[in-house]
Amino acid sequence: MITSILDRLNRRHRITAILAMGGLVALALLPALAGGLVIDKLTTLFIYILLAVMWNLLAGYAGLVSVGQQAFFGLGGYFALRLVEAGMPPYLALVAGAMGSAVVAVPISTYALRLKGGEFAIAMWVIAEALRIVVMFDPLVQGETGTSLLALNALDPDLRRNLTYWLGLGSLALMLAATIWLLRGRFGAAIQAIRDDEEAASSIGINVMRIKQLTFVLAAFGCALAGTIWLASAITFLPRTNFGVQWTVFMLFMVLVGGLRTFEGPILGAIVFFLMQELFGDLGVWYLAGLGVIAIGFALLLPDGLWGIWRKRTGIDLVPVGKTFRNPPSEGLAPDSRPAS
Amino acid sequence: MLDVKNLVAGHGLLTAVRDVDFSIGTGEVLGIIGANGAGKTTLFRTLAGVHPAHSGSILLDGRDVTALSASRRVAQGIAMVPEGRRLFVDMSVRENLLVAGENGRKGGWTLTSVLDALPSLKPLLGVATGGLSGGQRQAVAIGRALMSNPKVLLLDEVSLGLSPVAIEGLYEQLAGLRQRGDTAMIVVEQDLDRAMEFSDRVLCMLEGRIVLEGQPRALGRQAITEAYFGLKSAEVAHA
Amino acid sequence: MLDALLQGILLGGYYAILAAGLSLMFGVVRFINLAHGDLAILGAYLVLLVVEVLGLSPWLALAVAVPAMALLGWVLQATLFARTAKGGFLLPLLTTFGLGAVLQNGLYGLFGSDTKSLGNHIGNLSWASWQLPFGISVGQLPVITFCVAVAVLGVLQLVLSFSRLGRAIRATSSDPEAAELSGIDAQSVHRAAAAIAFALAGLAGAFLAMRAQINPYAGPAQLIFAFEAVVIGGIGSLWGTLIGGIVLGVAQSLGATVSAQGFQLAGHLVFLIVLGARLYRARGHRQGRWYNLFRLPVLPSRRAGATTSQAISEGRS
Repeated sequence: MITSILDRLNRRHRITAILAMGGLVALALLPALAGGLVIDKLTTLFIYILLAVMWNLLAGYAGLVSVGQQAFFGLGGYFALRLVEAGMPPYLALVAGAMGSAVVAVPISTYALRLKGGEFAIAMWVIAEALRIVVMFDPLVQGETGTSLLALNALDPDLRRNLTYWLGLGSLALMLAATIWLLRGRFGAAIQAIRDDEEAASSIGINVMRIKQLTFVLAAFGCALAGTIWLASAITFLPRTNFGVQWTVFMLFMVLVGGLRTFEGPILGAIVFFLMQELFGDLGVWYLAGLGVIAIGFALLLPDGLWGIWRKRTGIDLVPVGKTFRNPPSEGLAPDSRPAS
Repeated sequence: MLDVKNLVAGHGLLTAVRDVDFSIGTGEVLGIIGANGAGKTTLFRTLAGVHPAHSGSILLDGRDVTALSASRRVAQGIAMVPEGRRLFVDMSVRENLLVAGENGRKGGWTLTSVLDALPSLKPLLGVATGGLSGGQRQAVAIGRALMSNPKVLLLDEVSLGLSPVAIEGLYEQLAGLRQRGDTAMIVVEQDLDRAMEFSDRVLCMLEGRIVLEGQPRALGRQAITEAYFGLKSAEVAHA
Repeated sequence: MLDALLQGILLGGYYAILAAGLSLMFGVVRFINLAHGDLAILGAYLVLLVVEVLGLSPWLALAVAVPAMALLGWVLQATLFARTAKGGFLLPLLTTFGLGAVLQNGLYGLFGSDTKSLGNHIGNLSWASWQLPFGISVGQLPVITFCVAVAVLGVLQLVLSFSRLGRAIRATSSDPEAAELSGIDAQSVHRAAAAIAFALAGLAGAFLAMRAQINPYAGPAQLIFAFEAVVIGGIGSLWGTLIGGIVLGVAQSLGATVSAQGFQLAGHLVFLIVLGARLYRARGHRQGRWYNLFRLPVLPSRRAGATTSQAISEGRS
């Protein structure tokens, strides 16, 4: 018989939590110490991590593979632009824009979540493309040329950089906390039940659509936040870039390289991706081809991702969202000739 | 002709087939009985090659086929009529039969001879199998397996879901096959009477093991029932 | 307007060739190939290479390039795709993304970013047209493309329906395990399907290069159109892919008469509407209230009893 040994908040997890808190404080104070370049780079890293965690929430935990998350990434930026145009202070507009994206995600989810597997993935891509084109009709965006969040230029560059950094840090911390909190509870169990067998899950009373919708909207919000932070750091809004499918491709890469279905994996994958961009990005075309080769390599040789392998080998989890089942040592092919009676 | 030695197979951590050991000769009919969950289907799937064996060996005419894939085992002479029939629903009866014939062993079973053995299929050749009745589908499934010219034919719960009349007709056709004497058959059957009547020997499985083996007449109904339900301590009895 | 309609129908022919390969991969090998568009571009560049280096006409070059693509498909399926197909839904996405990135950037490295076209090499075909009654003219190249599409799909249908390989392919896509039990080696069926799919992609790419300019990064745009055509026509149906291609082509052509962006947008909208209509029909008319679209999701209740009764009373929305 298999005995389940549930891992709750054991010592290791508490250490991780304390370290994370400390890290958060340290990062928050960093702008006082570090130069502008470091702050900029870290902001980009935060964006990557946020995107990776959101995509993993959708694909890894809920089983919803979306090739269209760039829809919300771009929409967040677009709504922010519009709100600033209407007079809202820029950083407030960024957050409000992300929330607007999340609101749009609700009717989209009612449609898209009824689709299965491949149709869902492609439909999300098509929706993203359709949204891109619609946004391009807005004269503010000026079609392919795009526009800029000029209101940000009015700020002192250092202040702008720091505000963007804190917004990025805050968003990441918020979404990470929200995701961990959700996954630890009934929601986490329900969502994985849905991923594994939707029919069975609904037959035990799980409201499948509601849970999927909540996950979808949450992930949309996270991607939208990432999009607005990107806009704040890049200032320019180019429809093809902000709504580009390469964002989903990056998310896919980060999550699968880091380890799908683990919590720490996407974070690790984002760090790896970020490092690669930093170190090899200048190689241009050959870098991108190299990324492709690495993707193929991981798919062939390390399908569980880096953290996945680590977890398999050591069983160690830093973040308590999983439940580990272990077998008592006596399990095996012990002869059992006593008949059932 | 088929020798199974110490076969072990399972699903994840659950062992469904424990140390199964038996043999069957050409033309013999072996019946396997046992309650649900006893491991009969897993045994079959392991014999057919769609399920990996954890350990043990399967020898066909002395040749070890344990490592071969299912399609290669068909080429060697093991064919299975799977539980639930698993026909190609969008393809016609004729196409279902042809597919197996084109990819199996060459031998006496051709489209013509299979149709002679299973004449109920003759008027149905052009019909898509998705639209057939249970009994008709079972006939197609058996015919399809025959088209592979097997040395050993594995029949997994062929009477499942069929009406008594259909089962009667089915076993008449199987009896005809048996008479030809060139194909060994292993039959998993829930109906004890049917199994005892049709088989030369029966094996009773319980919790993955063989708990009784012998000729039905010699074993007697009571011994078989007890072994089926595990009412006595399990011993492999030969009679 | 009629012009646009005709153009759209003929454009459907190109989409059909492109989408057929995708549909085959998905239906038989159960593999979503994100690099399919890039493979079409690869095929186009191959033809260009043969034309420019060996001086052959594009039609002869096709006779070289298409089999080469088939061979590539066979090899990639045997080495790469087969291994990653076991990884469920996502690993093939990662693999084919990687493949696409390698193709795009490799082609860029080899050919640079200049757009190229086969249009110069086919005489006046790229702009010549036939005059029909009522003052309509149809381009000769689109008509030829359409005819090739119908012919190719026809041959494919014949192969699927009447040949030994065709039966094996249909059996494998219907029930892979039962196919194995019937003696079919699923792996070799997959290789054959991949070879055909790659060959079709290459052929489509060549036709694309004949009527338009291509560059190494043109793949993904074609990919999304191919997906749309497959889904509109219904996954798994060969002639459905032709119909899907035609519907897409017509939508795009009509949209283009409205605005430049209308071309793509119309296609996307038709795709979403067709999917939506299919959903609506499948689900019947329950819960048709429009304001349900805007109901916000609610966290599951903590009380176990409440969750169950909530679920029962709300139904599975």
